[in-house]
Amino acid sequence: MLNLDKSDLRLFLLVAAALVLAPFILNPFPEGSNLAQFNAGYPDLMQRLVIFGIFAIGFNILFGLTGYLSFGHAAFLGVGSYAAIWMMKLLTMNVIPAIVVSIIVAGIFAALVGFISLRRSGIYFSILTLAFAQMSYSLAYSVLTPITGGETGLQPKINDPRILDAPLLDGATPTAGLFGIDMRASWQLSVGDWLFTFNFGYYFAAVVMLIAFYVSMRIFRSPFGMMLRAVKTNQNRLNYTGVNTRPYTLTAFIISGMYAGLAGGLLVAMDTQVGADRMFWTASGEVVLMTILGGAGTLIGPVLGAGFIKYMENVVSKINETVLHQWFYWLPDGLEDFVVSVIYPFVGKGWHLTLGLMFMAVVIFLPGGLMEGLRRLTQGRKKKADEKTGGAVATPAE
Amino acid sequence: MGILEVQNVNKRFGGLQALRDVNLSIAQGSLHAIIGPNGAGKSTLLNCFVGRLIPDTGSVTFDGSSLIGLKPHEINQAGVTRVFQTPEIFGDLSLLENVMIPAFAKRDGAYKPSMWSPLQGEREIREQAEEALASVNLADKRHQTANSQSRGNKRRLELAMGLVQKPKLLLLDEPTAGMARADTNATIDLLKEISATGITMVVIEHDMHVVFSLAQKITVLAQGSPIVEDLPENIKGNPKVQEAYLGGAHL
Ligand SMILES: Nc1ncnc2c1ncn2[C@@H]1O[C@H](COP(=O)(O)OP(=O)(O)OP(=O)(O)O)[C@@H](O)[C@H]1O
Ligand SMILES: [Mg+2]
Repeated sequence: MLNLDKSDLRLFLLVAAALVLAPFILNPFPEGSNLAQFNAGYPDLMQRLVIFGIFAIGFNILFGLTGYLSFGHAAFLGVGSYAAIWMMKLLTMNVIPAIVVSIIVAGIFAALVGFISLRRSGIYFSILTLAFAQMSYSLAYSVLTPITGGETGLQPKINDPRILDAPLLDGATPTAGLFGIDMRASWQLSVGDWLFTFNFGYYFAAVVMLIAFYVSMRIFRSPFGMMLRAVKTNQNRLNYTGVNTRPYTLTAFIISGMYAGLAGGLLVAMDTQVGADRMFWTASGEVVLMTILGGAGTLIGPVLGAGFIKYMENVVSKINETVLHQWFYWLPDGLEDFVVSVIYPFVGKGWHLTLGLMFMAVVIFLPGGLMEGLRRLTQGRKKKADEKTGGAVATPAE
Repeated sequence: MGILEVQNVNKRFGGLQALRDVNLSIAQGSLHAIIGPNGAGKSTLLNCFVGRLIPDTGSVTFDGSSLIGLKPHEINQAGVTRVFQTPEIFGDLSLLENVMIPAFAKRDGAYKPSMWSPLQGEREIREQAEEALASVNLADKRHQTANSQSRGNKRRLELAMGLVQKPKLLLLDEPTAGMARADTNATIDLLKEISATGITMVVIEHDMHVVFSLAQKITVLAQGSPIVEDLPENIKGNPKVQEAYLGGAHL
């Protein structure tokens, strides 16, 4: 089915089911309980989880397969976002043109950046991509202000031309939608103490992610994907077998740029505004962390990594001192203060510290990322049996 | 005119003249061995054929057109395949994939990004690769990673990667180095078979047993120059060759 082999199909269906059920899965704790803090099933965060999942899936096609480590992918995300917002200003608040154009524009920009950066490999390639992204970031703040809105960024305004849409009534705000369905439309289900939110924007983004994931699966399993893996192992040798590696790496670069553009367009579809900070180098670094944390070169790892980091950013960062005191109120006073003061540096604004420590732990103990951890858990026994029969078997990416 | 014509090739590394006025003609369909002591310039000469090095002077002509200045993939696409002296394989990939890659390059050319067809559906390529692996006795290991193989297996994998392309000219740099005796003999038989199909071969080899079982013609290289070119039976007794090999105890 879908031209996937059995295990890939299983993974695909699992991802589809997880996306459909996410509002339940991410909201395991009843409203009003101490642990409700850890719920992630609200629209804004769920949208981010899948959108950054798309970003990481695309990044993985470049980095996971070819080994070329780009430090500038946020530039494509940003360019995609600007393209989308301009479509919303000029054409229509319907998200389809915005998203399509964001993919195309990011792809063209990636072709340019990739064409130049891919003349070098290793650290020089990384530095070139970083330089391009930082250049884009500063240009967006300075010379390109008429297009980017500079520091204030861009939003759809009531008096934008929007030639395909009917004029808005006075006082109405332009909202993004899909053929009339508002992206913000939500429906709530309350079961006992639990409250589940089903948001249209989230489900739209989830469908797009599922398609994006499927495309990446096909790429991974294609002859093209194999060539990219060969680039990672021994690019030089590949040239001597008669393969012109440069256009292969460029194609991978453009595809991953288009994924980034798609993510940028979707961000605008959910939250109709853009600022240049979206292109800052830390944003480029974040997708690298996501991919490595989840497992570079694996199919689903980068999505897990993206989910993990966005969850930390949105949930752990909200745990403040008051919340900690609430959790540990049952301890004797002195001990309570002590425990809170020990945990406090790692939560709230300190979530970066926790993330950093976890990242280090993963890189040192699980070089294959979270996916390797999962594999060790589920296949520990099977692997031992394989070792006994001798010879490592080339396992396809999961 | 041979299929490969080398004229007045010189190559210098700093103060070292690695190749000095090399003239060589490889006849179409022949199995031509190049021998010589360590550091004689044999690998350097091959590097000049495949675009890894550009000679300082001189010309290398294959099938009537110059190879000088062509990129490695262009030279391969023209029909020249090289088997490397130190195995240069795709370590993380399976043996089967290692051999499928050159098969794809041969069928599809230097760039054809087929992203939508599953690799598993590529029957024809897979069969070619399996056949090449079987010819070097690695068929049963085809799903193992290349990195996990012994040095001898890697050498045979290298060979399979070259054979699968059925090139016009196959360049082999010490194809049996690091192999066990039995594998060496199997390789000799295999190369004889390949040669019988009409593929031109240039073999660099230290193992004289291999050289004299295979070669139809032998060129002896010493300090960057060809000193003798002759039929195998005349090489053994040639005093110049004995001298080049410092007394030639092992000839
Ligand atoms: N890239 C290079 N830079 C500098 N010197 C080199 C380079 N490649 C080869 N040489 C030198 O050129 C000479 C010829 O080397 P080459 O590898 O061609 O010898 P060879 O005949 O293949 O020897 P072997 O039998 O050991 O493989 C050697 O002295 C070597 O050190
Ligand atoms: Mg050599």
